[in-house]
Amino acid sequence: MSAVPAVSRWPARGHAGFWAFAVHRASGVALTLFLPAHFWALGQAIRGEATLDGFLRWSDRPLVKLAELALVVLLAAHLAGGLRLLAIEFLPWRDWQKSAAAISAGFALAVGLAFLMNLAG
Amino acid sequence: MSDLTLDVQVWRGDAAGGAFRRYAVPARERQTVLDVVTWIQRTIDPSLSYRFACRVGMCGTCAMTVNGKPRWTCRTLVGAVARAGRLVVAPLANLPVVKDLACDMAPFFDKWQRAEGRFRPAAAAPADFAVVPPESPKRRAADAGIECIGCAVCHAACDIVAWNKDYLGPAALNRAWTLVNDVRDGARAARLAAVAGDAGCHACHSLQSCREHCPKHINPTAGIAGLKRLSALAALKGEW
Repeated sequence: MSAVPAVSRWPARGHAGFWAFAVHRASGVALTLFLPAHFWALGQAIRGEATLDGFLRWSDRPLVKLAELALVVLLAAHLAGGLRLLAIEFLPWRDWQKSAAAISAGFALAVGLAFLMNLAG
Repeated sequence: MSDLTLDVQVWRGDAAGGAFRRYAVPARERQTVLDVVTWIQRTIDPSLSYRFACRVGMCGTCAMTVNGKPRWTCRTLVGAVARAGRLVVAPLANLPVVKDLACDMAPFFDKWQRAEGRFRPAAAAPADFAVVPPESPKRRAADAGIECIGCAVCHAACDIVAWNKDYLGPAALNRAWTLVNDVRDGARAARLAAVAGDAGCHACHSLQSCREHCPKHINPTAGIAGLKRLSALAALKGEW
């Protein structure tokens, strides 16, 4: 028994604006969590060239490269989503918001594919 | 369930608690969700509480959660929303329940007051009627939001309201936006200050659930973005 009816909010969230928000928030949180690891990696240079090179060699492993691909896609998604939000807030309203979200998603995937092709090449 | 009977779950309870109760309701052609709720009250259980007035989409009193989405029930055809003849009807989200499907609308309209949602004439009353050209940008911006019927569907759909109960919400901010664009109004600076707080327009994350669900096809997200721009400019200029 609850004073608030146990009705899921998810049916009302089934539209592009919500998912664009969810991707932007999730990518933002993930990138924030990654940032200390990034600074730690840069900090290896302080311990000397050999330490940094050792770490960079370790980062060439396939699984680490896969994680790097995820990172690149997250960065691209957050960048494109942020530009979409800036357009909403600073430019006159456009009715093609679903297309704007799709363009942001397409940009993130294209950047990810470009990264993959660069790996393969 | 047969083609002739709807399987309807209706939330029954009050502020202390409640649960869904099941009803079998005859299916009718072009039946609205409000018709279904009214049939239950008049035929099965007269103690079922809900609100309605005009039945033609003008008054904004009959909004409820239907199969998980906030809707104006008088203009929502069962055929358009029922899934395999099933309906789940609950009170609007983000508002306290009074009883069954009736919500306490006071917090919703209190937010209109907090957003300075009243017309305040400029100190010097014009000698004649104010002339507002219909094609002027401000009149067009006000026109886009002026048809709000205060049904609270946008308020119920808004995740920001769900996360922060103090957030003014799309309807109150849309009202503020229409007044900011009213050239006869004299409280622009006070209104921009009222909507620029922590729980005001800058709390909006532009999810656009309000725009998706507004039965009048108003776009509060666009108005809120306009308020963000104007309040930021006003702050930079030191207007408040």
